[in-house]
Amino acid sequence: MPVANIPVDRISYAVRYVERLLIQFQDETGEPLGSPFDVPLDITPDKLQLVCNALLQKEEPVPLAFFVRGEAEVVESLRVCVKALGAETEAVLPVVYQPQAVFRVRAVARCTSSLQGHTEAVISTAFSPTGKYLASGSGDTTVRFWDLTTETPQHTSRGHSHWVLTISWSPDGRKLASGCKNSQICIWDPVTGQQIGKTLTGHTKWITWICWEPLHLNPECRYLASSSKDGSVRVWDVVLGRCERILTGHTQSVTCVKWGGDGLLYTSSQDRTIKVWRATDGVQCRTLQGHAHWVNTLALSTDYVLRTGAFEPADATINPQDQTGTLEELKEKALQRYNKVRGSAPERLVSGSDDFTLFLWSPAEDKKPLARLTGHSALVNEVLFSPDTRLLASASFDKSIKIWDGRTGKYLQSLRGHVSAVYQVAWSADSRLLVSGSSDSTLKVWDIKTGKLHTDLPGHADEVFAVDWSPDGQRVVSGGKDKCLRIWRR
Amino acid sequence: MPQNEHIELHRKRHGQRLDHHERKRKKESREAHERSHKARKMIGLKAKLYHKQRHSEKIQMKKTLKMHEQRKTKQKNDDKTPEGAVPAYLLDREGQSRAKILSNMIKQKRKEKAGKWEVLKVIRTGKRQKKAWKRMVTKVCFVGDNFTRKPPKYERFIRPMGLRFKKAHVTHPELKATFCLPILGVKKNPSSPLYTTLGVITKGTVIEVNVSELGLVTQGGKVIWGKYAQVTNNPENDGCINAVLLV
Repeated sequence: MPVANIPVDRISYAVRYVERLLIQFQDETGEPLGSPFDVPLDITPDKLQLVCNALLQKEEPVPLAFFVRGEAEVVESLRVCVKALGAETEAVLPVVYQPQAVFRVRAVARCTSSLQGHTEAVISTAFSPTGKYLASGSGDTTVRFWDLTTETPQHTSRGHSHWVLTISWSPDGRKLASGCKNSQICIWDPVTGQQIGKTLTGHTKWITWICWEPLHLNPECRYLASSSKDGSVRVWDVVLGRCERILTGHTQSVTCVKWGGDGLLYTSSQDRTIKVWRATDGVQCRTLQGHAHWVNTLALSTDYVLRTGAFEPADATINPQDQTGTLEELKEKALQRYNKVRGSAPERLVSGSDDFTLFLWSPAEDKKPLARLTGHSALVNEVLFSPDTRLLASASFDKSIKIWDGRTGKYLQSLRGHVSAVYQVAWSADSRLLVSGSSDSTLKVWDIKTGKLHTDLPGHADEVFAVDWSPDGQRVVSGGKDKCLRIWRR
Repeated sequence: MPQNEHIELHRKRHGQRLDHHERKRKKESREAHERSHKARKMIGLKAKLYHKQRHSEKIQMKKTLKMHEQRKTKQKNDDKTPEGAVPAYLLDREGQSRAKILSNMIKQKRKEKAGKWEVLKVIRTGKRQKKAWKRMVTKVCFVGDNFTRKPPKYERFIRPMGLRFKKAHVTHPELKATFCLPILGVKKNPSSPLYTTLGVITKGTVIEVNVSELGLVTQGGKVIWGKYAQVTNNPENDGCINAVLLV
């Protein structure tokens, strides 16, 4: 049996009679690592980490979290876990190890500035994929770019004629698309604040969501998909400024559209269905049914990695930089990151609806849902996978946020603290913290490991409509009805 | 007017005159002239009635013409973007207004439950309690400093001491601050002039309050000591008078 290098101070254990047990390390997919190991029952997670890292034989030790039989996490010692589970100590116990993010994002604690400038409520905010630029869309029909180093306004982009409902950065961070209530889409350059190309018109009612094609499929960032209240989804060519394809099929407003990393488009609609389309030719592949009311929101397990493209949050520096490299290099990097996050299983999709439940689907494979997640007592407004795809957060109008397991859909915990509907949530890049904005005008930062409130961030004068955490983990931005954006830092 | 259908029957059997359509056309075109002749020459009561009717007709006509014009020229009515911007996820929802509707519904139900009650209650007097000429005011009233009751045998309206108020909580609409100011008098009660003379204060009554404590000064340098305020609550339900200053 191969023996790893365990520190010698273990000899002190032999003085007392100590219960030992056999554990088998397994990774998340169930593959065993090494052969069963004999460890004392009192072993702590740090020692387990040492052992596991030695077995993994990596150059740098990776922080790991351990789950006995894949269910209960080892927090203090193995003994507590085993007792809680009621597992017998005679048989070999499988312990699943999960690599955590190497970097650690620090929680935001204070509001460093309140950016004024918008003359109407701020409806949407987003950081660029590298965290260098910040853009916000508002009810005063302008899109504003803000300089993050000085926290002052940089550009004001006028071009829309009605409220700017949704904004989306291209995965390379060079373009920003914004959709307004008059069914127009404009593309902006963040460096100059000018519009690129002409306004894309074609939809007949307001734009509900915009999503770019992932970087690893097309490094030029040429195509984007937009969904609208008129029930259609259009794929636009940004360079030529025209509509490539129109995907019709939904009978009511399309609330969300996501471009998956495998070349599939997922759309959710108020007609209670979710449709899966092939992006290359616009053919509808599948219709996922099951919800009893409007489907409000979609989340893909690979959302975060598709949003950040070739940028690795672990490589973030204090001053965010632009992405450098040729298109091919960027494509390679993005593809690598995507494959790592996706793993061997296909993408998972979660949909949140007005019928108070969520469904977990594997849309590329099956028409039937993997799980139905119930528990909320009011409509679910937003669902979001954590960047490492292990956890799922759902924000609901019943003032709570629920955390579910990202793979099986099992309910994990409820985060309560808000006194009014929770509108949006955002994960930190290391998946350890979650920030939520609510209509009670506060933001709250939650620590997922303990399941408790980490910091309360009051300061807004009115409802908070949009929240975002920058991919380099340094800042959180929030915008709301009181017309100002607030930047929160450590 | 024919009492039977003999004219119609004749038309159906024998057709119309050969020049019927031409005559009809010419008669219709003369109508405008005839109407204007009549309107000019009519006198007396008949003319008054006719002109009144014609005036209302003309107003209606103008309205319909305007409506048709608006339909033809499709212009963007609101150049200004409407207020109340909400994000996409709130667009199809009423959201807050629903709460407002609910609270209004609750208030309405409460009011209905409470019921309306009469301002003046009939007081029966006399040895056999048959005489019913006295009335008691059941709402809050203001009587003034130098008020002395009439001799009880002769007083028709009784204003109970428990319902007499001297001070009102007046809110300044711009400063959003509320002050407790003495009432100088009841200027007008919209329900009835009788209530104004009696000094009855109900919701909507305009009262005069002593604002010397606010320290307002006219342009000429004189200190303002009396201003009007309008009552905003039902004082008989709440036990206090809340008013908003009319600036």
